[in-house]
Amino acid sequence: MTPFVDIAFLILSFFMLATKFKPPEPVEITTPNSVSSEPLPENDAVMITIDKNDKVYFSIFSEKDPGVFDQIIKDLNTQKNLNLTNQEMVNFRKTASVGVPFSSLKSLLGVAPDDQKNVNQPGIPVMDSATNELVWWISEAQSAFSGKALRYLIKGDAKSKYPTFEAVVSALKRNDQFKYNLVTAPEDVPANSALDVFNRTQPADAKK
Amino acid sequence: MASIDTGGGDSGHKKGPGVKKAKKLSTRVDMTPMVDLGFLLITFFIFTTTMSSPTTMDLNMPKDTNKDEELNKTKESGALTVLLGKGDQVYYYEGQLLPDASNFKQTTFKGIRDEIISKKKSVISAYRTDADCEAKAREKGRPVSDCAEQDFVVVIKPDKEATYKNTVDILDEMTINRVKRFAMVKILDVEQQLINVTEANAGIK
Repeated sequence: MTPFVDIAFLILSFFMLATKFKPPEPVEITTPNSVSSEPLPENDAVMITIDKNDKVYFSIFSEKDPGVFDQIIKDLNTQKNLNLTNQEMVNFRKTASVGVPFSSLKSLLGVAPDDQKNVNQPGIPVMDSATNELVWWISEAQSAFSGKALRYLIKGDAKSKYPTFEAVVSALKRNDQFKYNLVTAPEDVPANSALDVFNRTQPADAKK
Repeated sequence: MASIDTGGGDSGHKKGPGVKKAKKLSTRVDMTPMVDLGFLLITFFIFTTTMSSPTTMDLNMPKDTNKDEELNKTKESGALTVLLGKGDQVYYYEGQLLPDASNFKQTTFKGIRDEIISKKKSVISAYRTDADCEAKAREKGRPVSDCAEQDFVVVIKPDKEATYKNTVDILDEMTINRVKRFAMVKILDVEQQLINVTEANAGIK
């Protein structure tokens, strides 16, 4: 029995070290698969999430510099006349993601960050180009991150429809951003496809 | 059971007659609860751990422009237009869409790969040496063989009912088949109507 227990504890320590807890997500997203193997950037990035009901959420990754959050919310507060209180602006730092139009931003930030997951968020309006509020969010993030390499992550649910994705891309395009990273789950390269043959014949350093 | 053997009990010292052995308390520790807890934690970590971390796929979009000189020109012979419809259906045609739509075909995501491969092959076999392009390729240190497929362009047009998964899948197909030139373009009304008619006929929901 002793070796058995030894192995069990070995496995236990492996899982304890290997586990990485997921950050809180507003909604469950099933990402599609792709053959690309580039890891996800986790800092200095903006993530635009599209859930399966085509709702759009906006979140900011900036672990090193929380000042970015303050700057974005302050700028939006003055430009959009949101009348946010100081407490509401502090709450924005801990807000996992925003999925409300500007008109309801005050009521979302009025809720404590831990309870925000219970708030029903209708999604940021994007479909109409005249009221595409995502354009504002992106331009604010751009100015707050100025000087740093900001990455744009688009995390779409496999079931979301193409027009929403197109609207998100057009919001990015209107801010003159043309490079995005689509979040996907890894998948094997099909055997004997052109990419597979290329990967096998080319030396690793030539792939870039 | 797993337990620490402290070597208590008979330690081998012979005491003389009449010397009473001091009663020793057992130092054996019952390890069962600890092992129980260990397995509980194993199950917990096995269920919560996520092994495959998400990856990202690069996507570069061109700037919207109406200036003629900034637009990329495509040779009709090298173009393959792929339309994405609802129910994971794929429609495609080569070159221009004929007025009677006779070259408008239907397939699935499994079939489109073969179409892309065969179109790429036919474009490469129709290639006549382009000295300008090959000179440029040599200058930049790229393989000359890239010139053979320079005319091959895949035009991707997802319709309103196509899902995000379909879009990622077709972009992935571009990576898998090493298609260097592809574009995402808004679907035309004619094409949307053709898809609608085909879907109605085939009963795709």
